[in-house]
Amino acid sequence: MSMVRNGYVTGPVIGALWSFTMAIVVCVAMSFSTGDALAPSVISSLVFGALAGFLMLPGVLEGIRGQLVPVVVLVALTVISFILFRPAIFGPAETGLFTKLIGWLLMIAATFGSVRVMLAGLPFGLANRHEFEEAVIRFLTGFGYVFFTALVIIPFYVMVMTSLKNQQDLMLNPLDFSLDLSKGTELFRSYFELFQDFNFGSYLLTSLIVSLVTVFITLLLAVPGAYAVARLRFRGRVAFSRSILLIYMVPMIVLALPIYIAFSMTGLRNSLLGIVLIYPVTTIPVALYMLQGYFRGLPEEIEEAGLMDGLSRLRVIWKITLPLSLPALASVSLYVFMIAWNEFLLAFMLLDDPSKFTLTRGVAMLNSSEIPRQHLMAGSVIATVPIMVLFLGLEKFMTKGLTAGSVKG
Amino acid sequence: MSHTSPPVGTGPLMRREARLAWGLLSPTIFSVSLVVILPLLAIFWISFKPITLSDLRAPAPIVREDLRGNPEVAGDEATLRYRLRNSSQDGEIRDVAFVDEIAEGLTLTGEVDDRCVLDGRMLTCTFGDWEPGYRETLAIPVTVDQAYLDADISPSDRPAEVTGRATNPLTSFNFTFENFAAIFDGSEFWGVLGVTIFYTVFGTIGALVVGLFAALLLDKSFRGQGILRGLYLFPYVAPVIAVAFTWVMLFDPFSGSANALLMQMGVTEAPINFFGERPLALIMVTVFEIWRYFPLSFLFILARMQSIDSDMYEAADMDGASPFQKFRYLSLPQLLGILSVLFLLRFIWTFNKFDDIFLLTGGNAGTRTLTVNVYEQAFAISNIGAGAAVAVVIFACLILFSFVFFRFMSQEEGL
Repeated sequence: MSMVRNGYVTGPVIGALWSFTMAIVVCVAMSFSTGDALAPSVISSLVFGALAGFLMLPGVLEGIRGQLVPVVVLVALTVISFILFRPAIFGPAETGLFTKLIGWLLMIAATFGSVRVMLAGLPFGLANRHEFEEAVIRFLTGFGYVFFTALVIIPFYVMVMTSLKNQQDLMLNPLDFSLDLSKGTELFRSYFELFQDFNFGSYLLTSLIVSLVTVFITLLLAVPGAYAVARLRFRGRVAFSRSILLIYMVPMIVLALPIYIAFSMTGLRNSLLGIVLIYPVTTIPVALYMLQGYFRGLPEEIEEAGLMDGLSRLRVIWKITLPLSLPALASVSLYVFMIAWNEFLLAFMLLDDPSKFTLTRGVAMLNSSEIPRQHLMAGSVIATVPIMVLFLGLEKFMTKGLTAGSVKG
Repeated sequence: MSHTSPPVGTGPLMRREARLAWGLLSPTIFSVSLVVILPLLAIFWISFKPITLSDLRAPAPIVREDLRGNPEVAGDEATLRYRLRNSSQDGEIRDVAFVDEIAEGLTLTGEVDDRCVLDGRMLTCTFGDWEPGYRETLAIPVTVDQAYLDADISPSDRPAEVTGRATNPLTSFNFTFENFAAIFDGSEFWGVLGVTIFYTVFGTIGALVVGLFAALLLDKSFRGQGILRGLYLFPYVAPVIAVAFTWVMLFDPFSGSANALLMQMGVTEAPINFFGERPLALIMVTVFEIWRYFPLSFLFILARMQSIDSDMYEAADMDGASPFQKFRYLSLPQLLGILSVLFLLRFIWTFNKFDDIFLLTGGNAGTRTLTVNVYEQAFAISNIGAGAAVAVVIFACLILFSFVFFRFMSQEEGL
């Protein structure tokens, strides 16, 4: 085991793993952006990385005369594997040499640059536990950033790019996401068609109104309720706050079935009134739960001072508690808005009439074999962008809301 | 000086406070019970009833009237026709009757049916019971006067008032255990349960572990940390419908980019049907669940990590602890509380998850969980009773989980 802790072993191993990672990253990134076929070679990238890892060990380049033998062996191995197997990044003949060259350069730069940072502080010989673990952690950190960023970005990248392409092109080469910029506004054809022929403007408006009304009704009901649970003493308070949590956990599909039946019988199905009646109730438990936690954290003394000065409880809530909890109200509103905006199940079950669809229901309608899939993706982008803009703009409140609203799925 | 001890029992002030509390809570209690408690009771009720989607409409007597014979001048003969039918093929209607006012200018010439009575212009017919699928046409000969032709109306403009009593299958006292027998019968239920458990356990643990790694990555300040944190929350914030469809498209066996990439890299020879093959589809929906919900655990764990006292790490540094040792012996014990709370809550939520699987596979290829089964039974097979029975099973599981949860939560503060 202690063999591994030698710098001259750790370095090449980390280098090899990193170079392999980089080869994959470069291939995926270049394939996704240009559509040219590139593939990494496992053996060659590992051998090449080992060479890089060895060279980048601190002191090796400066004192290269002393290390001539292993360097020459590694270089020879790299050359042999490049010739015998394939270069670390290879592609079929259709892929131009220029593209391959860029791929190689990117990979070489990425490998050498990062490995140098990762191995800084690692001695050539036996490393102590700290030096060894720090090098490993730097490698894992680098790998983690690459892994998570790719994981999150790729689906969204594909979503946006597909909405700008047309189906024939993508059938021909599913990897070619390059855009023909000369097309100009033609690129956004799917979007124009969605707004013109598929009524997406009205869905957008419906979703906005439904979400805002939901936020309003939710706050209207949840604020007094949360205040009562947080501040007032009455019998059954604990039982009540527990049942809020319990209700919060009842799966929507269980409720959706009787709601569907009841709405069918009363004629509320297929009406936005029904949707607006039902959405707040699904969000009230969350909002109540979040707000009561916040109200508890407010100093009680200020409110007592207000009571002493002759304000009634309701005026205390209105004049003291609410102004103090504006940030919490913002978080809760955003969170509720997000839930209502993203809600799919109820809209799907209760709305059939295309003139009354919400945005999510409208996108679900696009999922048909007759409608080209760039429309589906354009619809997805239209549904995603507003909530993302809101999220990025008000990230502070949003993350607070997410943490406080805890675990709503 | 007599008493100085605090008053015992509920004083008027306390009573007033309690009244105010209930007053503030009443709108919430009212609306929540209307939409949560009532449906839950309804689910229990329906789960014991033999009821299908088509039964949702109670059998109704339907009467349509028209005037046959194209009368053109006054004195022409025509036939006033009532077409009667029972809207349902399997429910009978009792005591059917209708009342109709004969339009101005129509004179009845022949005998009226003996079930009908004519009083002035009012025609009242009583039929008794109609069996399921009952149909009849009542023809009454009339002569037409000028007044009718001038008025330019047709008999159907003023429909007859029909009455009849039918049993609504929803409210009848006809109970059965068939729904439960049907869902517990055969291996299907246990297959569904197995899929649910796999999905829930691995989805929850996976999201926690991945979230923990992401939190470890971002638990240091550097430029761009805020951007990355925002980016890593994307999967959770985006509408499920958008990301689910993107995944379906990305992993499409014919034109999906993932398959093209894998084939180009030589990982696979033939395209893989990620969401259509038996064990793979379940793994893929679990991976999707992890992808979509790791941001949540990431956010919680990160918040907890940043609140750990840095003194402890300094002390550990002094003692010569290595980075892995610090994580293992310092961070992990500190995070255990939040991890277990997250596990319990996420477990329940993953168990309840419906949208994701429904959108990704529709419950096909061995991905049917209990929640998807509710939809499947109630709407695909149109057996609402069986759907409700599955929902009852889910609810029972939920009660069990929340029991564990509250036992645990009372010890574990924080959330």
